[in-house]
Amino acid sequence: MTAVMNIRCNGEERSVPVGTTINRLLEYLEISQDTVVVELDRVILKKDQYDSVLDGGAVVEIIRFVGGG
Amino acid sequence: MVVRWWRSSVSWGEGDMLVIAGRTFRSRLFGGTGKFSSPELMCRALEASGCEMVTVALRRVNLDNPADDIMRVLDRERYLFLPNTSGARDAGEAVRLARLARAAGAGDWLKLEVTPDPRTLLPDPVETLKATEELVRDGFIVLPYINADPILALRLQDVGAAAVMPLGAPIGTNQGLLTKFQLAIIIEQAKVPVVVDAGLGAPSHAAAAMEMGADAVLVNTAIAVAGNPVVMARAFGDAVRAGRDAYEAGLGTAHSSAEPSSPEHGLGFLR
Repeated sequence: MTAVMNIRCNGEERSVPVGTTINRLLEYLEISQDTVVVELDRVILKKDQYDSVLDGGAVVEIIRFVGGG
Repeated sequence: MVVRWWRSSVSWGEGDMLVIAGRTFRSRLFGGTGKFSSPELMCRALEASGCEMVTVALRRVNLDNPADDIMRVLDRERYLFLPNTSGARDAGEAVRLARLARAAGAGDWLKLEVTPDPRTLLPDPVETLKATEELVRDGFIVLPYINADPILALRLQDVGAAAVMPLGAPIGTNQGLLTKFQLAIIIEQAKVPVVVDAGLGAPSHAAAAMEMGADAVLVNTAIAVAGNPVVMARAFGDAVRAGRDAYEAGLGTAHSSAEPSSPEHGLGFLR
């Protein structure tokens, strides 16, 4: 049984396996990394940082462009 | 060729080009991408408008529908993207959004929008000036959205705004040039391009702004919510060109007393 931990993703509590990276999270959510920008604990991540392992309690924001005036 | 040293547009005689931050635009109409009933309709409308720069906003991905992505349909080769900081209530939030936009690959251009009051959506002048200073220092090309305040417009130019974007009327109200008196002063005093942004509800409003000497206009709601957005977009494009042509051609002055269009001499046979 994989150990799980809680993170906060786009304002919602999520239970994810310990050792989850941003890459794995995006894959699980079916989000292509080319189309988004990611903030981890209020720090904007560069794409080459998406392999970093998330800690419990991490606050992740996955942001993209939408229509607007 | 006439060069107006205090304006960024150069008149070549037949059709002049708009220059903002060293970049040339053939169209003086900028488009917004919000409020369209579908991404495909948005694309066709923007194409019909002839615009070359479009605004986009930044929001959380909807995790229940992650495939919903406007960028699938917006052609990056065709349009310069102008991310806005809509939603920001103060300079700190605006700067955070700006940095997210740049990290998302949108480039350095930014429509700075700081609107703490959701009822009026009026921009906060103090936070806008503060954010402009910080963002210009950080290398952004800042186009601040402001109330039509001539003093604020000058202060923003002094701190390095690439253009100023005064409102005609509050966002989405379609009321036209409620701020006409102040816009005239901003246009007269401007050292950078003036883009009338917000509240333009009809092509005639856009034409009027251009006839006054505005360098460009930004339209979103009036096109997106029209009965036929594609035709409305084309109408706005035509109106912006007509208004600019009229301005370049030299409008006749308004008079309070009548002056005949037909000659006064040679009427002896009638008298």
